Amino acid sequence: MAVFEVKHLGKSFGSLQVLKDISLTVEHGQVVSIIGPSGSGKSTFLRCATLLEQVNHGTMKYMDQVVCEERSGFDHAVYASNSALKKVRTLFGLVFQNFNLFPHYSVLKNIMDAPVCVQKRKSKEVREQAMALLERMGLASKAKSYPCELSGGQQQRVSIARALISKPQILFFDEPTSALDPELTGEILKVIRDLAAQKMTMVIVTHEIDFAEAVSDHVVFMADGYIVEQGTPAEVIGAPKNPRTQAFLRKLNH
Amino acid sequence: MGYLQTLIDFYSNSTLLKTLRLLWESFGVTVEIFFLTVIFSLPLGMGICSLRMSKFKPIAWLMRIYISIMRGTPLMLQLFVIYYGPYYIFGIYVSDSYRFPAVIIAFSLNYAAYFAEIYRAGIQSIPVGQYEAADVLGYSRIQTFFKIILPQVIKRTLPPVTNEVITLTKDTSLAFALGCAEMFTIAKRQASGQTSMTPYIAAAVFYYIFNFVVAYSMGWLEKKLDYYR
Repeated sequence: MAVFEVKHLGKSFGSLQVLKDISLTVEHGQVVSIIGPSGSGKSTFLRCATLLEQVNHGTMKYMDQVVCEERSGFDHAVYASNSALKKVRTLFGLVFQNFNLFPHYSVLKNIMDAPVCVQKRKSKEVREQAMALLERMGLASKAKSYPCELSGGQQQRVSIARALISKPQILFFDEPTSALDPELTGEILKVIRDLAAQKMTMVIVTHEIDFAEAVSDHVVFMADGYIVEQGTPAEVIGAPKNPRTQAFLRKLNH
Repeated sequence: MGYLQTLIDFYSNSTLLKTLRLLWESFGVTVEIFFLTVIFSLPLGMGICSLRMSKFKPIAWLMRIYISIMRGTPLMLQLFVIYYGPYYIFGIYVSDSYRFPAVIIAFSLNYAAYFAEIYRAGIQSIPVGQYEAADVLGYSRIQTFFKIILPQVIKRTLPPVTNEVITLTKDTSLAFALGCAEMFTIAKRQASGQTSMTPYIAAAVFYYIFNFVVAYSMGWLEKKLDYYR
């Protein structure tokens, strides 16, 4: 069963159509990279997938949970009930470009607060898992620090730990290294690589083409709201067929 | 023994000490106006702020008009409207005991308007990413506001709130206009009775010390919240 599946997604902001007929299936353990020029709709797609925006058309599913679907008699996609969507939110995690940690919470509380206060899990058990995650991220000594005391790379690792604590079925990354110095980019890419090795299902919007080529099973090239080309890294990045993809990669001196 | 008696006589007949005692007693009323106004206007301001930011336009506009009137007209005039309004508008006779509540109502309504705008600036300064992170993590709207947004808003609005609160201390003297027996009213009465500046200067010292303590406490609170940016 696919972890995440969308068919014929359409999304407009006013008269501006940002997503046009997007279809994508992400299987368990797959790492999918989405590349493409700015304004191609990559980030909007991620925001729709993570329920920060609602699509106008199409169907979306996590595992067997329907998020939205086309129904006869409606001229737009119909979303599931709020309680169903609440459940869906536990199935995915999102790592933001700007980390978006809560500045008034310590590192540990940033990770623990949602599981304890939203999902009502036991504090002791969550704390153990949070510490284990911090250990994995090499940040165990920073548990009591506040986000403002950390480097960008460390903050991003905390935000990855925060996303992982609820054991999501799929993890989305929205340009996770774009706000980082080139020096710090490596530490985040290493974490993602480790997660990929552990068969974490991931969808990564990125401008790091080399990284996308190295880490992903599947690469999606988006432009002007369409998926122009998709396939293995060798196909899309190594030997792109579409002129639009070729032009984009050439511009990046690839 | 005779010496002690002379000392006691001196002090009990001292005009200055009598003035200080009277001011100190009426200072209690000033402090009462201050704290009651703070207690009512801080949360009321939050209510007005949330309606002002409501997506339902007529309510938002109503609050804009309310804030505009409260900020655009003198507090002294508002005191009169609240105190004499019931009689002039509705013909309801109000007793003297309405003086103090009228002061509290007028001050709270007025200061809430200012606080509402301070909160609004604070709320709008919180990056949208905070809401999005909370949303993705499953926080409800109420949880997001009280756990994530409000603590940050409080930290950010502390300096302008301190400003308002210091102004409030001084504004309590406007209650004089309704004959409410707070410190300034008493100081004025003493000054004209003694034909002396001393009561005014003594009152000034009281106001100053009180505001010094207010500013110090708020500064302390600001420092307490300094553990994050």
